[in-house]
Amino acid sequence: MALPSYTETRYRIWHYFYIAICTFVFFFLIAPLFVIFPLSFNAEEFLVFSEGMKNLDPDAFSLRWYKDMIYGTKNPWGLAAKNSFIIAIFATIGSIILGTLAALGLSSRHMPYKGIIMATLISPMIVPLIISGVAIFFFMAKVGLAATHTGIVLAHIILGTPFVVITVTATLSGFDHSVTRAAASLGSNPVNTFMKITLPLILPGVISGGLFAFVTSFDEVVVVLFLAGLENTTIPIQMWTGLREQLSPTILAVATCLIILSTLILISAELLRRRSERLRGINR
Amino acid sequence: MSSETKQILTTDGIPLEVSLKKAEKKNKIKAFLLVAPLLLFLIITYVFPIGEMFSRSIDDKMITNMLPKTFKEMEKWDGKELPSEDVYKAFYYDFKLLVEKQEHGKLGQRLNKEKNGFNSITKKLFRQVKRNKIDESIGIKEQIMKVHKRWRNVEYWQAIKRTAPPYTLAKYLKGMDMYYGADGSIAQVDEDRRIHRILWLRTLEIAFFVTLFCFLMGYPIAHLLATLPMKYSNLLMICVLLPFWTSLLVRTASWMILLQQQGVVNDFFVMIGLVADDSRPEMMYNKVGTYVAMTQILLPFMVLPLYSVMKTISPSLMRAGKSLGGTPFVAFWKVYFPLTIPGIGAGCLLVFILAIGYYITPALVGGASGTLISNQIAFHMKQTLDWSFASAMGLMLLTGVLVIYWIYNKLVGVDNIKLG
Repeated sequence: MALPSYTETRYRIWHYFYIAICTFVFFFLIAPLFVIFPLSFNAEEFLVFSEGMKNLDPDAFSLRWYKDMIYGTKNPWGLAAKNSFIIAIFATIGSIILGTLAALGLSSRHMPYKGIIMATLISPMIVPLIISGVAIFFFMAKVGLAATHTGIVLAHIILGTPFVVITVTATLSGFDHSVTRAAASLGSNPVNTFMKITLPLILPGVISGGLFAFVTSFDEVVVVLFLAGLENTTIPIQMWTGLREQLSPTILAVATCLIILSTLILISAELLRRRSERLRGINR
Repeated sequence: MSSETKQILTTDGIPLEVSLKKAEKKNKIKAFLLVAPLLLFLIITYVFPIGEMFSRSIDDKMITNMLPKTFKEMEKWDGKELPSEDVYKAFYYDFKLLVEKQEHGKLGQRLNKEKNGFNSITKKLFRQVKRNKIDESIGIKEQIMKVHKRWRNVEYWQAIKRTAPPYTLAKYLKGMDMYYGADGSIAQVDEDRRIHRILWLRTLEIAFFVTLFCFLMGYPIAHLLATLPMKYSNLLMICVLLPFWTSLLVRTASWMILLQQQGVVNDFFVMIGLVADDSRPEMMYNKVGTYVAMTQILLPFMVLPLYSVMKTISPSLMRAGKSLGGTPFVAFWKVYFPLTIPGIGAGCLLVFILAIGYYITPALVGGASGTLISNQIAFHMKQTLDWSFASAMGLMLLTGVLVIYWIYNKLVGVDNIKLG
């Protein structure tokens, strides 16, 4: 943002001040993530930068915490990772199916009581997690699903569907309904129309909603803390216990892996968003 | 023209209006059927359980079920002087049944919460009943009164009477540091024991300031992102979106590393000479930690709505303002800022709603002075196991959140929530 040459001094100063503030805020947002990176290669057991690391001494760096994460005998990370992925995948599938169907209904102009139903469907995103946790725990305990994978998957479907509903409704807002009518007039039945016409067009929205649901489930700790038994431990639970009890560098190794995972998810979400906007003809 | 208008018929001979209505109705049902699975699922697994929290929070049936005869007799008692022989007698028979079922201990504990001293006198009475020391053929009132002098004290009988209704709002009062006094009126807890009110106020305070900080930091960068050319802003957008997609626990962990006493932030302060090496300030396990970490974690939720509103404001408006004689400040304040108010409302409400129910981050970096009401709820769910109190506190919090949600819905509309 170059300033025009006639800018007065005080606005020039203000402009540089503004740039400085923005730089600081961006730094504040992103820098914390990068502290974890080097520290996860620490050769020592403390979570501070050792003198060796500050001098870039190669002996001060090691992969021992990554080895510990994978091979460590006492470490439940393997089980936790397996559980996390299984739960997140099933929760994502459930959220996508229920959420997409609901979004299709909601974006129909014939839908009665749209406002109140939409507000109800979005509410799990708004209600504080601790309250959702307590309520879901009472329910799961009553039907005997506490401390089971099924219970946790159902809980995460509750928390994940709002994201799918929001993203798919947004995609459908630019949807041209005459194409489905055209398909119907050419003799296609509704299911066929959905699979061949609607779904391919709204797919970016569905997948990005699914990504949100996946991340929500994969990162969720409050509700799982109420529901999980020893067998159902997940990565967030292990991190939570680790952060509360002994802050070991192994956690940082796991955190680094999680940051890489979220970077991948971010990239795919961004690509999808752009593709979706292109498909809907929104020029930016 | 004739007064009778000709009805338009479809090819089947049905009036068009009727046929259209039928089709509309069919479409309505179709749309509803699509939403029905999710709606039903949420109602069963989510909405009802929250309702169940409410019935749990006001439930006080335990004593009502333990002393049915007593409460029946007590209906006739005016509650001013010692109850009659009938009440004592009914109480004795209820109590005897409880002794047989070995539930007298529970009764004592529950009544002790109502009035201190009940535990010991129910134990005394239990010993008498167990040894069959009470003669049922003569006046029972006299014999019970002899067991302990508190059984002669009308205040204790008033306390029993207070537990008669199957529902109570006591848990809600407790959440606001109040309780039912001896005569059933609402009294305040002593000033030095009002822990919950402090927590509510602190939750509001932290949510408010986190929202304010997010706004102050989010507004400039949203503006920068909206005005920069696409190729730069896309790159900078990653700085906002990457934290947004990163695990909450990872971000909290990084703040724990940064803010610890030997951490990077303190190292930096020592390096620039702001603090001495031996007096590094405590920045974690207190309010500072909660503020810093929560602001960073919630900042994307402020930036994204602001950005999407600012993106729609044409830059020519600012130029027009300036060309009409406004200084850049005036043009910004009179033209640009009012146009961003919808974004400010959306961002602030969203951040405030999320901040007010925060649990994980305060629990990890908040220490004792930086924890919020959610942490208290978790504490009662897990440690004290007073689930009805946890439910009551949760519902009080929920009411607050739903009010803000309702305002949000009115102002912004839930279907306008922007994600990434």
